[in-house]
Amino acid sequence: MTSTDAFIAIREVEKFYGSFQAIANVSMDIRHGEFFSLLGASGCGKTTLLRMLAGFESASSGEICIDGQPMSEVPPYLRPVNMVFQNYAIFPHLNVRDNIAYGLRRLRLPRSKRHEMVEEILDLVKLPGYGDRRANELSGGQRQRVALARALILRPKVLLLDEPLGALDKQLREQMQVELRRLQRSVGITFVFVTHDQEEALTLSDRIAVMAGGRVLQVDTPSRLYEAPRSREVANFIGTMNFLGARVVSRANGHLRLDIEALGQLDLPAGGTPLSEGDRTCVAIRPEKITLHKDRPGGDAPALSGTLEMTTYLGERSHFHVRVPGCDNSFSVSAQNNTIQGGEGQASGRPVWLTWRDDALFVLGKD
Amino acid sequence: MSDVSYIRRPNRLLQIYACIFLIVLYVPVLFIPLFSFNDSIYVRFPLQGFTTNWYADLMRRDPLWAALMNSLRVGLSVAVISTFLGVLAARAITRYRLAGQNALVAFIMLPLVIPGIIFGVALLVLMSRMGVPLSLYTVALGHLIVCLPFAVATLLPRFEGFDRSMEEASADLGENPWWTFWRVTFPIVYPGVVASFLLTFTISFDEFIMAFFLSSTDATLPMYIWSQLRFPREFPSVLALSSIILLVSFALVFLALRIGRLGSVRKPGAGSNGAD
Repeated sequence: MTSTDAFIAIREVEKFYGSFQAIANVSMDIRHGEFFSLLGASGCGKTTLLRMLAGFESASSGEICIDGQPMSEVPPYLRPVNMVFQNYAIFPHLNVRDNIAYGLRRLRLPRSKRHEMVEEILDLVKLPGYGDRRANELSGGQRQRVALARALILRPKVLLLDEPLGALDKQLREQMQVELRRLQRSVGITFVFVTHDQEEALTLSDRIAVMAGGRVLQVDTPSRLYEAPRSREVANFIGTMNFLGARVVSRANGHLRLDIEALGQLDLPAGGTPLSEGDRTCVAIRPEKITLHKDRPGGDAPALSGTLEMTTYLGERSHFHVRVPGCDNSFSVSAQNNTIQGGEGQASGRPVWLTWRDDALFVLGKD
Repeated sequence: MSDVSYIRRPNRLLQIYACIFLIVLYVPVLFIPLFSFNDSIYVRFPLQGFTTNWYADLMRRDPLWAALMNSLRVGLSVAVISTFLGVLAARAITRYRLAGQNALVAFIMLPLVIPGIIFGVALLVLMSRMGVPLSLYTVALGHLIVCLPFAVATLLPRFEGFDRSMEEASADLGENPWWTFWRVTFPIVYPGVVASFLLTFTISFDEFIMAFFLSSTDATLPMYIWSQLRFPREFPSVLALSSIILLVSFALVFLALRIGRLGSVRKPGAGSNGAD
């Protein structure tokens, strides 16, 4: 990535609360016009990082630049960013119009112009005619739109969103996801979005930074994160993953020869992993990339045999747990219910066989 | 009966008790306005006839007006200062994690339970030791000690309910701390401030014990009333004056409670089952 890509540049940022390290040496670049998500479990430092961008927290060390400007000395009220708070922070003593126009005071616009801007943005967030409502007369979804409008009307360089969909019920959340994406495309503002919901992050983002324990584990596009996670932590956090312990036998021409539990020796592409001979590592495969057979499959493709431990019926899919001799953990297998007729018929304890395409299996970095 | 829920079922015994309670509480007080319109200098039944002479008589008493002005001056200053200090205290208590916070709150509230006479004597001793002459200033100081706990007690719930992200949102939208205070913080806590102001004013205005110990020749209104009680002929006028004070005090406290409740009855959010 070249430096011109870095609209927001986060350089070796650390944050300590007393002796507790909330952010550990984080460096990353966020591009202009990007929908960028910070994803992680609660307490991973994602909100702290967002609040640093807003200026509510200062970094213990390191530097944050927005559009080339160092931010460490800039107070929140002078930063070119606006935020949508987790609880929306709608001012209870003002109506919707005054809430949205709150930040316009400093611009010293004529009253009619201000009014016009508010009406315009109310249209954009699909709340036309709501200007005179008070905050307590709005539903959760409407409050969220007001918070969005209030931030967007100032045309910030960056919009920060702190789990804005967390308080909404599932249906409304999905609807708002679509609208957020539409809004972001239409205004062309860089969005930095904090969430603990991996599905939400995958749906919305151009790129995602997966965080844990104050560190950034991986920054990548949603599909790369899902298909090619670089570590076990990332693989575990996004979706479900089967892991098999492995040892590197040799490395040559970008390929690794691995000794894998239950599978024996196999050649896999090394990818970007820094593994060398003798290292212990893991190979991984997603549950939906495994095919479950009731009978021994023909041909000479590698097939693992095991016993079916448990079946979970999930409507459009079924989930199977298969115990394979020589493996510590049971295999998780997911299948669309069009290929296997119903989950109920699968008696536990019966023998099954597992197959997959060669490229479904990949090697993770050092443990 | 079955259409009334268990908790709302009327309880006859409780209603009678409530009535007796209110009667015992307020009937003695109601005698004061009653006799203030009685055409006799003796407070006794049967009533002699209706008159407003005692009220007219009040208008001609210059010392009374002087005392009233004194009380207003002390009351207003005490209300302003104790509410201001109360705002600072309530904000500090709710905003920062202070060491020994519970002890601090208890310490601020302590004057509520210490008898006024003890505080009065203590302050009197202190003032005379320090050579401070008694005046309306010393009265105000005494009242400040009495009023501060009330101010904090009124303001604390307001500030406790204050969501800090409101101020952050204001800063985020480009307002500096000064404007944030005036555009967000103050409007949200303002009902509590008004309630505290009215309450402390009323307390100071009616206060007797502190004024008794700490005032010199400038009497406050309660001091004036006390001085008039020695003359039986003045008693009906005192009743008339007391009636007026009662009325104004009631009005102020009612107003304070009413404003204090403003805003806090509003529900914080109307749920998220979207109407959109």
